[in-house]
Amino acid sequence: MELLYAILLGVLTSCGIYLILRARTFPVVVGLTLLSYAVNLFLFAAGRLATGAPPVIGRAAVYADPLPQALVLTAIVIGFALTAFALILALRALGVSGHDAVDDRKENP
Amino acid sequence: MTHLPILPLLIPLFAGALLTMLPPKALALRRSVSLVAVLLQIPLAALLIVRAGAELSVYALGNWPAPFGIVLVVDRLAAILLFTTAILASAALLYALRGDDEQGRGFHALFQFQLLGVNGAFLTGDLFNLFVFFEILLIASYALLLHGRTAERIRAGLHYVLINIVGSSLFLISLGALYALCGTLNMADLARRVAGLSAANAPLVAAAGSLLMVVFGLKAAAFPLYFWLPRAYSSAAAPVAAVFAVLTKVGLYAILRVNLLIFGREAGDLAYLANDWLWAAALLTIAAGAIGVLAADTLGRLIAYLVVVSAGTIAAGVALGSREAITATLYYLIHSTWIAGAFFLLSGELARRRGDNIADRLVPGPPLLRLLLPGGLFLAAAVSVAGLPPLSGFLGKLLLLSSAPAGAETFWLYGAVLGGGLPVLIALGRAGSTLLWRCDAALAPAAGPDAARMAAVMILLIAGALLVVFAEPVCVYLDAASGQLLNPEDTISRVLSGPPAGIGGPR
Repeated sequence: MELLYAILLGVLTSCGIYLILRARTFPVVVGLTLLSYAVNLFLFAAGRLATGAPPVIGRAAVYADPLPQALVLTAIVIGFALTAFALILALRALGVSGHDAVDDRKENP
Repeated sequence: MTHLPILPLLIPLFAGALLTMLPPKALALRRSVSLVAVLLQIPLAALLIVRAGAELSVYALGNWPAPFGIVLVVDRLAAILLFTTAILASAALLYALRGDDEQGRGFHALFQFQLLGVNGAFLTGDLFNLFVFFEILLIASYALLLHGRTAERIRAGLHYVLINIVGSSLFLISLGALYALCGTLNMADLARRVAGLSAANAPLVAAAGSLLMVVFGLKAAAFPLYFWLPRAYSSAAAPVAAVFAVLTKVGLYAILRVNLLIFGREAGDLAYLANDWLWAAALLTIAAGAIGVLAADTLGRLIAYLVVVSAGTIAAGVALGSREAITATLYYLIHSTWIAGAFFLLSGELARRRGDNIADRLVPGPPLLRLLLPGGLFLAAAVSVAGLPPLSGFLGKLLLLSSAPAGAETFWLYGAVLGGGLPVLIALGRAGSTLLWRCDAALAPAAGPDAARMAAVMILLIAGALLVVFAEPVCVYLDAASGQLLNPEDTISRVLSGPPAGIGGPR
């Protein structure tokens, strides 16, 4: 499972970075979303992957760490809010400048 | 009085929440609430400075002892930075009350949330909590940057928001890695775990720590991650840009804290992780900032590059890492925050009087009357920034240069700091003479002088002058602060020994 998980994170991250490096705002926002998925999954994995283990010490031989889930919850909320804000801002920028290029080139790439 | 350390967070939090609920028409009420909340921070921070001078205090939120709960740590450094922020914010708000706050909605609430984020970042003793406060100050700064919503601000805001979201993702990656390897995110506890790290995990922790430093370097505008700063800062409204002067310092503070506490003396191979690359990055930052200062075509952009130069100078002091160097760096940090704030406010006032068409562009403007005061203030700020005697910039640079150890470092530091000072002097001389002396008689001034806005600038410049007058006690305090930073064992044991008995609550 670890290998599959790691490959998934790698694919998500590389897709995210590829899209962030595009020159137009919409792919950049989608790229940020993919990157934040990868980051949240990575944070989740920081507590080690375990199935069927209770998050309580002493009840079973193996126990899960509940803290990364709390961290991930905070990160999801913040990441979601920021993505929404970036999207609105990208729309405003489109309205103001009439094009969706990230840099200041006048015509679209 | 045991709850004193949390007040710098609660006051802006509740003031900000109240301000979002007040009706838009109640302008006087909103202004008074905002002003009272910001002015309260000054005596509060002064009190915390006195208390932190006596002993370090640890505040456990919800009385959960570290490392299980989140703690606020008020050491000398945190108290000084709270005070620096309080003075800067008061001056910026006084300036904004003259009309800039009404150019867009929600200025006062956002201003309070900005302060909440900055104060929280200085006080927290937990890395994940530091991330949360970073996000609070960033989200507030995104909205404040757009305050007034001109086209230029929206374009600049987009870059600023996107690059900081990527930075936040990297922050989370490094936090996840540190937690996976050390099992804690409390800074004091991390310091102990890093000191007892197994040889197999050390390189991974070094990678996570370095990634953390890259993120802080992005916030601090260190080379090569400073390109977002000039455009964002120069397009912001004057009081907003003035408060932004402290945001790069939050990044530098985080580098200093993590480098000296988590990767401190006891960390073995990982001790002072950032020092080597930070030194090179700092010198390059000064050089890049100095070139930018010469090339700037507006006063706002020029000042933004001055912020880059000062970030480089502070980073150089952090990288030197000796007790004298840290003392000098902290002195320079206070000075540069206030002077950059004063400069942004002064630039805003000059731009307002010159009118929106030419604003702060470095071209001859309309003939302005009664220029003695703004001209004098410009001269004082320029002398201080360039590091000429007798003002605070000179003293800060002198302290920093005299702390350099003999050898190649002296050569590079003298070269960068003094060599960087010359372009700054030339550019400021050129900008000042263009803005204040050369005028185009065909144009008419857009507005008359405003004494209250000038007073806000003067508050910051007088604060900078007092920094020179009381240099001796300030330096003694800062020296003790850097001693506290370089010998973190006492801090670590105090944080981890839990809240003192008697605060109450079941243990």
